Amino acid sequence: MTQPILELKGVEKSFGSNHVLRGVDIDVAPGRSLVVLGGSGSGKSVMLKNALGLMTPDAGKILFDGKDVTKDQGKAREAMRARVGMLFQSGALFDSLTVWENVAFRLLNADKLKRSDAREEAIETLKKVRLGASVADLRPAEISGGMQKRVALARAIITKPDLIFFDEPTTGLDPITADAINDLIIEQVKALGAAAVTITHDMASARKVADEIAMLFEGKIIWRGPASEIDRSGNDHVDQFVHGRADGPIQPAL
Amino acid sequence: MSDASTTKSGGFPNPLAWIGRGALALFAEIGRLSLFSGRTALSALLPPWNLTQLWKQIIAIGFYSLPVVGLSAVFIGAALALNIYTGGNRFGAEQFVPNIVVLGITRELGATITGLMLAGRVTAGIAAEIGAMKVTEQIDALKTLSANPFRYLYAPRFLAAALTLPILVLIADIIGVMGGWLVSVYALDFDSTTYLRNTIDFLTMEDVIVGLIKAVIFGMVIALMGCYQGSKSSAGATGVGRAATLSMVGAAVLVLAANYILSTFFVQIGI
Repeated sequence: MTQPILELKGVEKSFGSNHVLRGVDIDVAPGRSLVVLGGSGSGKSVMLKNALGLMTPDAGKILFDGKDVTKDQGKAREAMRARVGMLFQSGALFDSLTVWENVAFRLLNADKLKRSDAREEAIETLKKVRLGASVADLRPAEISGGMQKRVALARAIITKPDLIFFDEPTTGLDPITADAINDLIIEQVKALGAAAVTITHDMASARKVADEIAMLFEGKIIWRGPASEIDRSGNDHVDQFVHGRADGPIQPAL
Repeated sequence: MSDASTTKSGGFPNPLAWIGRGALALFAEIGRLSLFSGRTALSALLPPWNLTQLWKQIIAIGFYSLPVVGLSAVFIGAALALNIYTGGNRFGAEQFVPNIVVLGITRELGATITGLMLAGRVTAGIAAEIGAMKVTEQIDALKTLSANPFRYLYAPRFLAAALTLPILVLIADIIGVMGGWLVSVYALDFDSTTYLRNTIDFLTMEDVIVGLIKAVIFGMVIALMGCYQGSKSSAGATGVGRAATLSMVGAAVLVLAANYILSTFFVQIGI
């Protein structure tokens, strides 16, 4: 059996009396695309932040390429992050930098590449996400939301990571732009041979990018299966979520 | 729900518990600020330094503060001269205007006014910028890109403020004294040459150094408060606004408190 690139084992995380994650068990194999579904406030983002090392779990383990990275700090954490890309929900582009400096941020700051070489590589990567060199010297505020997502995708893939996290990649985009972003995600993830973990509540996006889908509810993974099985899950929670019904075991977050 | 530790049997809040909770919260905040300050100072003092960011912050904090510092200093110097003249006039001591203006500006007002003006302009700006970065996940993005926020964001601002405040204070000292000279010569009929000679004869290097040492400390306080409040900003425009306000108020109070402590120290050691 292939060694998973990422494994979460019994991960728990609470904020005061709010138990957000109550023992999450999930893994993703190299080259596979896993989508984690869940309603607002279900703990998807907290799970992602724990996996990335932006938060430390209260209990449980996080393994990256078979190595326990749960408590890693400093160089060990940087070594893991050097193999990971992340596309944030808001894009999280740095306002004070130009588009190319955003894309090449890691090359310039962590890898200490020469600016001319980093710029060249950033422009090559921008081309992969269908953005021309003409946007390279613009600031993030000067481009559209869809273009910002593409720039964020370029920043996530420039170092050819083994694992890419996508946090709500299509949120705030019109359906056509969202579909274009989904296509780019599939294309780039396949081209890199990377594993992908996407958290979303956009079913169209989930169906398109996923090899496998998991459902997070009340801090636990309650269902997991191939994307093609999502309509035949046999799970009331999954059915309600997939069909977007207010009635059912999941209470709307009002 | 009633809590035995916080309410008396009649349901009224227990004042001791309320005071205790407040004290614990205060100590926790002081602890967090101290840890944050220590990490920032270490990141600023130990290599590698991010010279590009440092230069950007020197321009943002130092260069762009020149107009506000210059204008504040000239008016403070002018008002100081007028008030000393009015007060001195009561017992025939008008001739001490240049001496007291230069002493007041270099030892006290140059540094304090610069510190307070920058607490408004710089601290709130830093808190708002870092707060906005936090709520838009840019600080998380920095971490995932293997950039340490203490080295990339906080240390350059801390160093830039500590390095540029003494220069700004030196400029404020010169402009403040010039403000006093302007009013004295053109409104109070002082002789220009005599005024300037009295100023130079009375001024000692220690007076200037006292102001510059204060400036370094004020610079650190100003940057730290902005970075700290920004880094713990809560989500939304309200959270960022609150961080900016808290940072500005905190920095202004700490600048004045540090000024008193440093003044006491310098008096104690005879400078």
